Amino acid sequence: MSEQLTHSASKKAFRKDIPLIDQIPPRKKHILRGLPESELHVEEFLMNIGPQHPSTHGVLRLVVSMEGEVVKSCEPDLGYLHRTFEKISENRTYQQIVPFTDRMDYLGSMNANWGVAAAVEKLASIEVPERAEYIRVIVAELNRIASHLMWMGAFAADIGALTGFVYGFREREMILDMFEEICGSRLTYGYIRVGGVAEDVTPKFIQMVNDFLKILPDRVTDYHDLITGNVIFIERTRGIGAITLDEAISYDITGPMLRACGLPWDLRKEEPYSLYSKFDFNIPAYFNGDCYDRFRVRMDEIMEAAKIVRQALDGLPEGDYKVKKLARNIKPPVGDVYIRQEAPRGEYGVYMESDGSIKPNRVKYRTPSFTNLSILPLAARGWKIADLIAILGSVDIVLGDVDR
Amino acid sequence: MDVILGLLYVVILFSLVAVQVLILVFMERKVSAWIQSRIGPNRVGPWGLLQTTADIIKLITKENIRNIQSDKVIFFLAPILAFVAPFAGFVTIPVAENLGIQDLNMGAVYVFALGSSMVFSVIWAGYGSNNRYALIGAMRSAAQMISYEIPLVTSVLGVFLIAGTLSMREIVALQESGTWYVIYQPLGFILFLVAATAEANRAPFDLPEAESELVAGFHTEYSGMKFAFFFLAEYTEMLVACSLMTVLFLGGWLIPFVDNSQIPWWIHIFVFIFKVYSMIFLMMWFRWTFPRLRVDHLMQFGWKVLLPFALVNLVVTGAVALWLKS
Repeated sequence: MSEQLTHSASKKAFRKDIPLIDQIPPRKKHILRGLPESELHVEEFLMNIGPQHPSTHGVLRLVVSMEGEVVKSCEPDLGYLHRTFEKISENRTYQQIVPFTDRMDYLGSMNANWGVAAAVEKLASIEVPERAEYIRVIVAELNRIASHLMWMGAFAADIGALTGFVYGFREREMILDMFEEICGSRLTYGYIRVGGVAEDVTPKFIQMVNDFLKILPDRVTDYHDLITGNVIFIERTRGIGAITLDEAISYDITGPMLRACGLPWDLRKEEPYSLYSKFDFNIPAYFNGDCYDRFRVRMDEIMEAAKIVRQALDGLPEGDYKVKKLARNIKPPVGDVYIRQEAPRGEYGVYMESDGSIKPNRVKYRTPSFTNLSILPLAARGWKIADLIAILGSVDIVLGDVDR
Repeated sequence: MDVILGLLYVVILFSLVAVQVLILVFMERKVSAWIQSRIGPNRVGPWGLLQTTADIIKLITKENIRNIQSDKVIFFLAPILAFVAPFAGFVTIPVAENLGIQDLNMGAVYVFALGSSMVFSVIWAGYGSNNRYALIGAMRSAAQMISYEIPLVTSVLGVFLIAGTLSMREIVALQESGTWYVIYQPLGFILFLVAATAEANRAPFDLPEAESELVAGFHTEYSGMKFAFFFLAEYTEMLVACSLMTVLFLGGWLIPFVDNSQIPWWIHIFVFIFKVYSMIFLMMWFRWTFPRLRVDHLMQFGWKVLLPFALVNLVVTGAVALWLKS
């Protein structure tokens, strides 16, 4: 982007004390002027979508080469939300790492917490009480529901149905209220910690979850009526941004995006961690790999997650919610560990290497948003700009998760 | 004397339209809040009624920013034309039996002609801004308005065939002796409603200003009062479209099953306003329910669905009219 974006009237900048504009010679040329008039001139042009744009879901910048309305190529430019979480994690004790993961995937904080807690527990061979594992499953699945509802709303808004956005928030709000009840926080929980969870669940929380599970099926049916069956919605999403299963696998796509391509791959079933082997649930999968199937996979996953929450809530045992005696500074033996879990957006991996001290020697997060975003240039090529926004929305990126 | 009277009309009309727009913006917010299970504005003034006034004050006092590479004259003219074109359309619309500024014998043609000139302002805004989002928005708008202008006009030709006149006042008067034209022309009415929504750039046809794709479309670069003019224009256009619908299809100021000559004129005004606002509510309902169409679907819908149906409607109406006459 060689063009400099200058603001009006050299006399008037936003900060009037800074002579910002005068140093840049104004380019008097208009984008349409100077083109040959004799023949029909077709030229690709670059368009800069983001980092400030209503539908980039954060601070993503896309450099899009377009021919009219058609996207010829699209290149994501990352790093606007890079906060060096991997490096910071190497300079904190094992327990101190957990709160940083909230800020990575801020729509699936519980799942993000859990990955780190599980990695440290495996590294230091800490046994977690059963009740804590149950609570973890409950909050992680609730967070999955919240994340998918939020996504549903944002996706509907990307397609142009702004009302969907608010509806998605309505049920998400109930889940946030529950999380507020158990940990006092609504976005960055830091609830799942090394050796258990921060606080025990309260009877009020259980009541709230029960109430929520009662109304959820009706609401999801409403959304299917409003969105899934809408002719315009189907026109805008069916077949759009379709990727094949081979492409998805070669790009290391995971989560709902992979399941929309026809492979019911879910770590909760493939490598059951925690208590997932105890529960009865299905892995929804569809076969076209387009935006519409990604939507349907996520909508079905909401109901499957609700099923798991129901079972976990019924089977919640008595006991401790965290390990009673845990050293202030854990010193795991020398070694490394890689934990992978199914976060709302896909496979969330934590690699941790211990050198025997109180801090990890190396930490690496494998975040699903980052790898899933890598397929955007392939999926968006040849589609229109409106489809590009739909495809980007269907990938379900969280920029905190992409840039870390 | 005529000049002074004319100016007086303009001032009165402007203030009326401006107040209407204030009410409409407030209504839009409350309707959207109601549809979205929210509360909507409720802080400024009683029941939040002054929210839009506060917004207008904010817009007036805002700094006017212009892109240094933009085309100065065109950039300046676009918002003015955007507002003036639909505003001037009000001249021929009869609100009650003897209330209306001017009754042209070609009234309908005049309104449609002004409506078509709206496209200039959008293209000027897009071109003048020297911004790619704006340019794409303008191109979309040009394509969209051409595609929808034709079904829009074709769909009302049936009404003119039945009425045999183009004067708005006479069309309403003719509906008093018979029934509303929506009974004779149900297809025409639906087509007109859809095409008018597209013409006014309202969702689901709001492609020129598609927020999630083009930031704000053709008025991305506009701020302050210039932006307010585009805002005003959108609602004015909606008002004109709904007034047209009321006059042509819904019997204007008339109350059904009642001898209208016995009813005082001010009740007629309320009836007219009620009908217009019902149609506007319908448009708002569309906007907050439907997703946005894609640009090629929009074209297909315009040329392959609306236009053929409008033509069939016209031919059938003409044939029936001819048959009844003979």
